[in-house]
Amino acid sequence: MSEDIIESIKKNVIQGRVTQDDEGIEEGMAGQPGVTELIKEALASRISVSDIINDGLTASMEVVGQKFENEEYYIPDMLASAEAVGAAMELMEPYLAQSGVKPKGKILVATVKGDLHEIGKNIVSILLRGAGYIVKDLGNDVETQDIVDAVREEKPEFIGLSALLTSTMVNMEDTIKALKENGLRDRVKIIIGGAPVSQEYAESIGADGYGADGFHAVAVIENLSAGNSVAI
Amino acid sequence: MPREGILISNPLERLSGEQVRQIHDASIEILNDPGLLCFNKKAAGIFQSRGAEVAGVSGSDTPCWHVKIPEKLVTDALASAPKTVTLGARNPDNALVMKGDEPRVFFITGSETNMWLDVDFPTYVNKSDPEKESKVPEFQPRRGMVADLCDSAHVCEHLESVDGYIRTVNIQDKDITEDNKDVNKFFACLNNTTKHVMSGLTSLNQLDNVVKMAEIITGGPDKLKENPIISFITCLVKSPLQFVGDTTETFMEVCQRGLPIVVSSSPQAGTSAPIKEAGIMAQINAEVLAGITLGQLVNRGTPVLYGSVPVRARMDTLGDSYGSIETSQYNIDCVQMARFYKLPNYSTSGVSDVKIPGQQSSIERLFSDIVVTLSGPQFLHCAFGLLDCNSVFCLLQAVLDDAHFQMIKFFLKSPRINEEEFDTVKKQIREVVNTPQKMFINYIRPVMRSGEISPPYPFEGDGEGDSVLALANERLQELRAKPVEHIDPDTAARIFREIPGLLPRLNVHEGDG
Repeated sequence: MSEDIIESIKKNVIQGRVTQDDEGIEEGMAGQPGVTELIKEALASRISVSDIINDGLTASMEVVGQKFENEEYYIPDMLASAEAVGAAMELMEPYLAQSGVKPKGKILVATVKGDLHEIGKNIVSILLRGAGYIVKDLGNDVETQDIVDAVREEKPEFIGLSALLTSTMVNMEDTIKALKENGLRDRVKIIIGGAPVSQEYAESIGADGYGADGFHAVAVIENLSAGNSVAI
Repeated sequence: MPREGILISNPLERLSGEQVRQIHDASIEILNDPGLLCFNKKAAGIFQSRGAEVAGVSGSDTPCWHVKIPEKLVTDALASAPKTVTLGARNPDNALVMKGDEPRVFFITGSETNMWLDVDFPTYVNKSDPEKESKVPEFQPRRGMVADLCDSAHVCEHLESVDGYIRTVNIQDKDITEDNKDVNKFFACLNNTTKHVMSGLTSLNQLDNVVKMAEIITGGPDKLKENPIISFITCLVKSPLQFVGDTTETFMEVCQRGLPIVVSSSPQAGTSAPIKEAGIMAQINAEVLAGITLGQLVNRGTPVLYGSVPVRARMDTLGDSYGSIETSQYNIDCVQMARFYKLPNYSTSGVSDVKIPGQQSSIERLFSDIVVTLSGPQFLHCAFGLLDCNSVFCLLQAVLDDAHFQMIKFFLKSPRINEEEFDTVKKQIREVVNTPQKMFINYIRPVMRSGEISPPYPFEGDGEGDSVLALANERLQELRAKPVEHIDPDTAARIFREIPGLLPRLNVHEGDG
């Protein structure tokens, strides 16, 4: 019974089906339980959260990653699967502590002050949730002080700052300065991303890492999570 | 079901209706004054017997006649020439049905080059950093051989956008002679592609052998008429305004057999035609009309294509400049003239002036491929692999051209704007605006695998380097490795028994069983 549900969760993550309304890739899946319904069923059946994560979610994302490598899957497929994992993690969040499962980390993401562009930040958020991180999205055009306040309140391990414009990327540096002034800089690792920024720029403003795209951003954060000080 | 081609819903036109009429009127006037020089006695006789003013030309080394073609002969010919021409194929699903008033485009190879371009990718080592290696394409031209023609037909069989096959390369093996060239080139093509095969004829005395070969494949003369798997091209009119002796003879013989034939003219603006657009257009149209008229006089109802290969002269060499913008303009004008007569048009695009594949080649050929396709010719030839002003054929370039035409075909798909689509997208918009992330990415997936989204350029490399040619070469090797449906062993054996002059090495079944 538990194996069947976990197998169904795995299959539906691979299909990128968050709810029963989603179509997935194979024909005729719409209407069948998606990851949301299956996780609820698994929790009601008292299936171990760690089994769901290890045998269902992590295993399925490995398959998805392989399909992406083989060019069988494209980014929308990856995002759909990551979104399904993110939805599953959100449902299981209240059970993680009592199950002894430690989340991989908490990340605040924001598009900096003056910048309304958030597609990149949203994609990174989905991928991070899919990778097992807790993501708090502060939105776009976020005041520097609001980021400082959120760091103090949420106590994240990471901050992801995004900007699309050359005129707004300077606010990334202002944010880092503000965190320093408030004595918060050493508590978090700061990753930046967006079209106008680069590894060199990240180093010049004192960020800890630079994500060239969504997948790279996740890899950089994974690397920093592992205790490496140098971003990949 | 025949091949679909691509239907152009709103064909690109350069000429107004009045300008089309003016070109027609000028051509009719030219056919009467000055008329044409005819170096074929039989053709001159046919014109004379049907009311044309024909007079011998004195003082000419070669016997020739001055022919003034009256408008009525042209009008009658345009009335009797079929408005729909079907080019059959070994695989009937590859047949091409061309209607003169329907701008449905089919993409065809051609023409016949003397040179074949080999490609290799040797590895070079950076002198200042020996750790760095790169593969650089190198091109080596050489004389074309019959094995190359087989290779080319085989690969073009698998190129999706190739709708029909004109022999691409002149076969110049030591054991190929004027007397066996035609049967070998037709067999090499027919045995390696199931698409339509078109070619010129080297020797008139081989025509019956070539036709018999096609009859054996289709199952007899009537079956060949129903499914004309072969057709012919002739340049019977040499610019300016001269019926050539031997090609006119060949043309008339093909017409008598009722097989499809292209009446092709290839004037060069600046040398063999006026440099001005009005001049080359009036002349090429007159030349093609003269050929069509002769064909209909020989055999009323014979299927003909209005063939146009106009080109502008290069100012530096006075050679052909297929890459010039004017060449595309003339071709589009000719498409309009053919449509005015409701005759299927054999048009030209995609030839580049440069000698090797690369940036110049891509720019020149893609420009003409797009604009001429948009004008809606039925039979767009020269579209694959031709370089160096039509004198070099390169299979690697043909593979690159296939990708170009896939893009053009995608671009020309009809817009999907209808109530059903609006119902779907309005629902999506209403749903997405109420989500925190406000992204439509989830809706990409259902259409991503349905063919609605254009694929990426197939030869895009990783990183910052340009690996187009290397990746296209990989694709070429994949296509070469794919099997092709040869003529079946019994039919091939009969062809080799009954058709003289075929090279035994072309029989792929020899030694079977």
